[in-house]
Amino acid sequence: MKFKLILSIARSLLFARLRQTLVAAIGVTFSITMFVTLLSFMTGLNDLLDGLILNRTPHIRLYNEIHPSMHQPVDQSEQYRHGHNFISSIKPKDDRPEINNVGAITRALKQDSRVLGVAPKIIAQVFYTIGSIDLPGTINGVEVEEEDRLFKFRDYVTAGNFIDLKNVPNSIILGKGAAEKMLADIGDVIQVTTAKGERIQLKVVGYFQSGIQDIDKVQSYASIATTQKLLGESNTYVTDLQVKLKDILDAPKMAKEYSRLFGIDAIDIQTANSQFETGSSVRSLISYAVGVTLLIVAGFGIYNILNMMIYEKMDTIAILKATGFSGRDVNRVFITIALSIGIFGGMLGLIFGFGLSNVIDNIPFNTPALPTIKTFPINYNPKFYLIGSIFSIVTTYLAGYFPSRKASKIDPVVIIRGK
Amino acid sequence: MSRKILEAKNITKYFHDPETMQVLKQISFSVQESEFVSIIGKSGCGKSTLLYILSTMDTDYEGEVLIDGISMRDKKESALARVRNEQIGFVFQFHYLLNEFTVLRNVMLPGLKLAKYTEKEVEHRAYEKLKILGIEKEALKKPNQLSGGQKQRVAIARALINDPLIIMGDEPTGNLDKKNSEIVFNICKELAETYRQSLLIVTHDNEFASRTHRIIEMEDGNIINIKSNLVAAN
Repeated sequence: MKFKLILSIARSLLFARLRQTLVAAIGVTFSITMFVTLLSFMTGLNDLLDGLILNRTPHIRLYNEIHPSMHQPVDQSEQYRHGHNFISSIKPKDDRPEINNVGAITRALKQDSRVLGVAPKIIAQVFYTIGSIDLPGTINGVEVEEEDRLFKFRDYVTAGNFIDLKNVPNSIILGKGAAEKMLADIGDVIQVTTAKGERIQLKVVGYFQSGIQDIDKVQSYASIATTQKLLGESNTYVTDLQVKLKDILDAPKMAKEYSRLFGIDAIDIQTANSQFETGSSVRSLISYAVGVTLLIVAGFGIYNILNMMIYEKMDTIAILKATGFSGRDVNRVFITIALSIGIFGGMLGLIFGFGLSNVIDNIPFNTPALPTIKTFPINYNPKFYLIGSIFSIVTTYLAGYFPSRKASKIDPVVIIRGK
Repeated sequence: MSRKILEAKNITKYFHDPETMQVLKQISFSVQESEFVSIIGKSGCGKSTLLYILSTMDTDYEGEVLIDGISMRDKKESALARVRNEQIGFVFQFHYLLNEFTVLRNVMLPGLKLAKYTEKEVEHRAYEKLKILGIEKEALKKPNQLSGGQKQRVAIARALINDPLIIMGDEPTGNLDKKNSEIVFNICKELAETYRQSLLIVTHDNEFASRTHRIIEMEDGNIINIKSNLVAAN
C-alpha cells in the first residue's frame, strides 16, 4: 500500500518530465548495450584466440623427458654419501622416450573422477621425402576418435574426412603448409623417412590446418597403429598421454600429483601456455573498464536530471512534507524514480545488446588462418547480462542517492515562506 | 468541558540570519475543540512564524507545543510527519496543489499516506469532503484547470481528508477576491460550527478575523490583545 503510493507519486513526477526521463534512460540503454556487446565480442574473440592453442593442448601432458639420472653412483658410495659431490659433464642416460606401463596408467587416469578423457599420442620425428629432397616434419600418432572427442580434431581437418585416418590403413593427414610444399593432393601417396632411416609410403586422406602456419608446415597426423608401425615399435609404444580435465584450474595441482604417482614428467597447461591467460585477462579487464566507464557517464546523466527535477519540484516536495510525508518517503520517491530509469533503460540495453551481438555474430569474417571461423565470434554468456543489469541498477541507485537525500532534507517552511 | 486541542507554552524563536533577532517572545495560548481562532497582526510581527512552529514544520524554537496534550518536543522527523499527516490540516496562501495529479488524487494523497483506510474508502471520503465544499464536479480535473477560489477549496478538502484535530491556515484568503474570500470564510465557519472542527487561521484581513470566535492580535513577537467574540460563537 505504502509502496504503491510512493510508486504512483514517482510515476507522475516521471511522466511530468517524460522527455528528460527518456534521455536519461537512453543513456543507460546505450551504455548497457555497449557493455554487453563489447564483453560478448571481446570474450568471443578471446575464446577464439585461446581456443587456437588451448583446445588443442591437453590440460596435463604426461611424457618421459630425456634427463640425467637423479641418482649418480657417487651418491651410493658409503664414503661420499654425506658430502657435497660435484660432478661435471653429466650426460643424460639412454632412456627410451616411451612411457612405461601405459596400459595401467591409462586405466588409473580413466578411473579418476576429475578426468574428462585420456588420449595417447606418439610424436615421431620424420622427413617427408619428395624426390631427392627431405623436408623435416613431425607425425603425431593419435587415437582418432579420442582425439576428436577431446581436442576437436575434426574442426581442423579442412579437407577430407578425419575418420578416414582410422579406416584407411597407412594413411596420413598432412599439415596444409606441408601439403602445399609437397604438392600432394588427397589420394596421393607420399614417402616418409623415419629418423632411423626406414622408408614407408602413406596415403594422404586429408589436410590439417591449425591456423598457426609454423605448425601446419611440419605437423601431420596418422593413426597410432600406423605410427607404431612406422617406428617399428610394439603396440604398447606411446610417448605422450594427453589428459583433459573437467576443471582446467585443477591442472597444476594434478600434474604434480601424477608426476609423483607415476614417476614420469607431467606439465600442466597453465605452465606451458601462461602467455594466453595473461592476454585474455588483460583484454577482459579493458572491456570491463570501458563498460563501467560508459555506465558511470550514464549515471552522471541520471544524477543531473534528478537534480534538475528536484529544483523544479521543490514546491511539490514541500507540500508533500507539509501534508505528512516524511523525509524518508520523499527520499524513496526519488530513489524509485532513479531505479525505474535504471531498470527500464537497463532492460532495453540488455535487449539491444543481445541484438547488436547477434548482428556482429552474423558479419562474415573469413581468414585463412582460422579455417573454422566464418563470422565474427560472439560469446553469449548470460554472465554479461547479469553483470550488466546489476551494474545498471547499482549505478542508477548511486546516481539517485545524493539528489534524493537532498530532496529529503528540503525544509518545507523555507519553500512555502519564500513565496 | 471542551478539551484543549492545541497549546503553546512560552514559545520563543530567534532568527539568526542576517543577524540574531528575537521574532517570538514567550507566546502562550491555547485552542479549544471546535473553536475558530484567528491570529492577526502587521506584516513581520511573527504570526506566520508562530503558525509554522505550531504546525511542527519548524522545530527550531524554545518553549513547548502540545497537540492534544502531547508535547511535540523531542519527536523525530518521521513522528512529526505523522502528526502533520494525521492531526493537522494545513491551508496555505497559495493552494499548493500538485498539477501532476487530478483534484481527487490531490485530496486523497494525505489519506493514502496515512493508510488508515483502503484506497477505495479514501476515494469515497475524498468525494464527501469535496461535496462539503461544493466542488465534487471538478474532482477529475487537473488543478490548473480550476479557478483560484476552487483551488483553495480543494486545498481545504485536502486538509480535511484525515479528519484532523485542527486546521491551520496561513492567509488562506490572501490571494482571493472578495467573493471567493467570503466563500472560504463561510466554509471555515461551517466546519467549526457544524462539524466541530477547530481552526487556527493567520490573516491580515481584519474583517475576516472579526467574525471568528477569538482574535489573537500580535505585534513585534508579542500577543498584545486577545478578544473573544462570543456573539459569533453562539
